[in-house]
Amino acid sequence: MNKPFLTPYFDENLGRRRLAERVWNVIFRASTTAGIIFLALLLFNILNQSFGYVAMTTKVDPDTLAVNGVALEDMDKDSLVAVLQANVSKGKFRQLERELPMAERSRDEVYGLVWSDVVEPEIAGTWLLVDSILHREKILAETAQKFPRAEVTFRSWVSPQFLATPQASNPLTAGVRTAILGSLYTILITILIAFPLGVGAAIYLEEYAADNRLNRLIQTNISNLAGVPSIIYGMLGLAIFVRTLEPLTSGVMFGATEPGTANGRTILSAGWTLALLVLPLIIINAQEAIRSVSASLKQASYGLGATRWQTIWHHVLPGAMPGILTGTILAISRAIGETAPLVVVGAATYITFDPTGLFSKFTTLPIQIYQWTARPQPEFRNLAAGAILVLLIMLMSLNAAAILLRNRFRKALYDR
Amino acid sequence: MTAEPTLNPAIEARDISLYYGDFRAVKNISMTVEQNKVTAIIGPSGCGKSTLLRAFNRMNELMPSARLEGEIRFMGQNIYAPEVDPVRVRRQIGMVFQKPNPFPKSIYDNVAWGARINGFKSGIGTPSMDDWVEHCLRKAALWDEVKDKLRQNGLSLSGGQQQRLCIARTIAIQPQIILMDEPASALDPIATLKIEELMRELIEEYSIIVVTHNMQQAARVSDYTAFLNMDTDRAGTLVEYGPTDRIFTRPVDPRTEAYITGRFG
Repeated sequence: MNKPFLTPYFDENLGRRRLAERVWNVIFRASTTAGIIFLALLLFNILNQSFGYVAMTTKVDPDTLAVNGVALEDMDKDSLVAVLQANVSKGKFRQLERELPMAERSRDEVYGLVWSDVVEPEIAGTWLLVDSILHREKILAETAQKFPRAEVTFRSWVSPQFLATPQASNPLTAGVRTAILGSLYTILITILIAFPLGVGAAIYLEEYAADNRLNRLIQTNISNLAGVPSIIYGMLGLAIFVRTLEPLTSGVMFGATEPGTANGRTILSAGWTLALLVLPLIIINAQEAIRSVSASLKQASYGLGATRWQTIWHHVLPGAMPGILTGTILAISRAIGETAPLVVVGAATYITFDPTGLFSKFTTLPIQIYQWTARPQPEFRNLAAGAILVLLIMLMSLNAAAILLRNRFRKALYDR
Repeated sequence: MTAEPTLNPAIEARDISLYYGDFRAVKNISMTVEQNKVTAIIGPSGCGKSTLLRAFNRMNELMPSARLEGEIRFMGQNIYAPEVDPVRVRRQIGMVFQKPNPFPKSIYDNVAWGARINGFKSGIGTPSMDDWVEHCLRKAALWDEVKDKLRQNGLSLSGGQQQRLCIARTIAIQPQIILMDEPASALDPIATLKIEELMRELIEEYSIIVVTHNMQQAARVSDYTAFLNMDTDRAGTLVEYGPTDRIFTRPVDPRTEAYITGRFG
């Protein structure tokens, strides 16, 4: 009989096998590197737009407002009120008086009003971070030539003030406070709804449901639902929560809002819509986690005379919890970045007051970002970049919290 | 097929057949298991030993396709009667598995959990949970090794210790019968020996049915031996059942003789 493993053949073959290994190795490295490069580019792009030089100027030269040689900053309150009255429309002045009569405002408040409504600071130009660092001299020279009154300062578009102020039409004062609160409220409701429902469904499907045609059909459909485009969920949310269940989601049934002004475009509707969106994701991941709890552990439990529920509660759920939480992390990440369904459900794109509860109008960070990027003025693109940064940080801290929780479960299970 | 009559039956199978879906795994087995003895079930791989064992405490039911014909009588009642709760059966007929499977909990909780969920209550004249855990660990010959680390995870023990922990955990629910499914097959010889010694001690209070593929073990540890073999239709049948020393020295059936002398299986 021939010897099938003669040395020359083996050597030749081994060379080929090793070569194939090296080639695949290079391919895998290349794909990983490409992924990292794209991520880095994304982050760079965002950071590049979030910081940089800004040329600030004013619509009205404050020097022209000086009265009898007294500059604005040296004026007393009455002179400032006079300047204000002389330079804004009557309607505007009346409106300011209605908000709070001038007599009750302090000198500094009036000065602030003069500054924002008469002098009106505005942005003459913005530069990217990289340009700001590399071409500082050129930027200064250019600005001095084009806008002699302008002052070039380095501006971080993400700032405490950016986080603390609501949306505004002026990019200098616009912030993301409303959007952050809206996102947090919505995501909280989403988790509160989707987590128990999803885990409950997963427990039923894995531990209780018989293996029959109906349950297989349900199972298949859950998997399919996970792949349905999110805008479809938006339309579902619009039809069910906003329209059909309007008395409920607008809070009229609970007397929370005036029947006249209420509609179902509330945080509650948005939370439900996102909950439906991530529900299949949570169910599938939870099922996977429950299935991974070893059969021998369950048998041990049954063998000791445990009921099905005792087995689930004491052994299956604790064992599956790390996996369930991982799935929930994914679901949160998905929900927090969703824009399309919320646009359909009716998130407000321009809203300046904080959400007050389940039944208030709202906006969320992705929608705010979308709205800002759609504006023609370049400053809003900087704002959008800043908001993206905020969204990323928010997402990461939510995920970090979930991961910490997951690790605690793991620790409780296997160390000690 | 012989089913030895006994004076004190612990549990009795009456003409049982077991199915997985359409497949008949075990057919027409009748056997009476003696109280406070070790009964070994031996036979070649795939002959239905474990299936038969698991029928004694309704563990097969965890597989939805499993089904039983015939009856198993325990304390004068058919445990497969519709009014009988399988939880009650499993509390009275405990089980130790092939692979040591302690819960990922502390050693203490491994023992206490089963007692707790089954309504263990300490009071006047009954032990406290601490005493009960100690009692069970002593019975399982594990106390001296773990008394200083009761709060450690049960999984931190060695394989043999884990298996004895599983035995302690079974004792803690005070069953009358303990089923053991190849309890030593995953253990080294010394740990195996310890388990075997433990089985001899345990029969003072419990009846034990043990499945093993190790004939020396069956000969060493058991009082009665049941030999199962696959029939031509691949269903397991009881070929011979009797006192261990007779089965191993003077088997009646030629198939038994062939198996124990190592000619097949």
